[in-house]
Amino acid sequence: MDPRLLVISKRMEGVKAVVPAMSPKGGVGKTLIASSLALAFAERGRKVGLLDLDVTNASSHIVLGADLNESKPLEEKGVVPPLINGVKFMTICYYSGGNPLPLRGGDVDEAIKEVLATVIWSQLDLLLIDTPPGISDEVLDVVNYISEPRPLIVTTPSKLSIASIEKLLRVLSENGVKALGVVENMVVSEESAIKDLAGKYGVELIGRIPYDPFIEKSIGDVRILKSTSFFSKVSSLADKVLVKLGL
Amino acid sequence: MVHEWALAESIAMYVARVSKGRNVRRLVLSIGRLQSVDIEIFDFALKELLNEGNVVVDELKYLNEEILLKCRKCGFEWSPSLESLGSEVSECIHFIPEVIHSYITCPKCNSRDYDLLSGRGVKVVEVVLEEGGQ
Repeated sequence: MDPRLLVISKRMEGVKAVVPAMSPKGGVGKTLIASSLALAFAERGRKVGLLDLDVTNASSHIVLGADLNESKPLEEKGVVPPLINGVKFMTICYYSGGNPLPLRGGDVDEAIKEVLATVIWSQLDLLLIDTPPGISDEVLDVVNYISEPRPLIVTTPSKLSIASIEKLLRVLSENGVKALGVVENMVVSEESAIKDLAGKYGVELIGRIPYDPFIEKSIGDVRILKSTSFFSKVSSLADKVLVKLGL
Repeated sequence: MVHEWALAESIAMYVARVSKGRNVRRLVLSIGRLQSVDIEIFDFALKELLNEGNVVVDELKYLNEEILLKCRKCGFEWSPSLESLGSEVSECIHFIPEVIHSYITCPKCNSRDYDLLSGRGVKVVEVVLEEGGQ
């Protein structure tokens, strides 16, 4: 066995809940929702961390408006992520220097094990994890290496996305992972397909976020992001997440 | 105390787990050069952690493992020099060795699609327990 796997539970022992944002389809808003949720929890005075596990294409730092040259992790018996806008934030981009990072699956798995084994989160109410599209290494590593993750499944009303999340819900169910809920993003009309699908797997539709045409202009400026209707909906979602987690 | 402590923690937990309270006659670790582990610091941390866990290790040996990369596109194998990358980049690779793909391309075909055949990080090569168990 890889010795690093043994220390991961110790790294997470002060974390009350791990909430990965997952969706097999790209472009549904995982990064925006995970990053905005982290900001919303920080606003509520919660100790919150955000781990960008989109190893080959990390972009949460852009949403957080983080200057990665200014903010760097500290070394203290491991890697201590810096606080950015109230969020303890970890990304591989601290080390890849803005360069491309094309990796095969085995290398992605190695990088994730290294991060999980060496990052010191200390005490957190919530650790949010941004994952890339697909049901591949990042998702499987979260399922396999982290104890009791509570994934937030993000989808759009698109039939393509809905078909994809059903596969993810099945994989999570087969692994005994209980999803925290499904969030429908970019909603343009009232439909019941997602609620029905979530219900089929015993998962609640816990948020519906209308399409916000102004959201793109807010990316990179947290002050503007927090003024959007999108963020207002995410804030409501944050309250619901806290209730669901008993926090 | 630096990042080496976290690396040593994994090894100490692993040795404690496999030794199950027995003394360890010999522990051999391989240290890949890519991660630029400071062996003096690592050794100090590991001994402290083993001691805290009441794990007795009679002999602790380190083997250096050279870096070997193999390009998936053209098949070329090479051993890059980390010194040529500078200390800042080496430091980045120290934390997450896979980010080498951000800084080095194949010298023959310029591809970033290569495998790290050897020299990544810290590995357990051998744990020899008292009473001949392994």
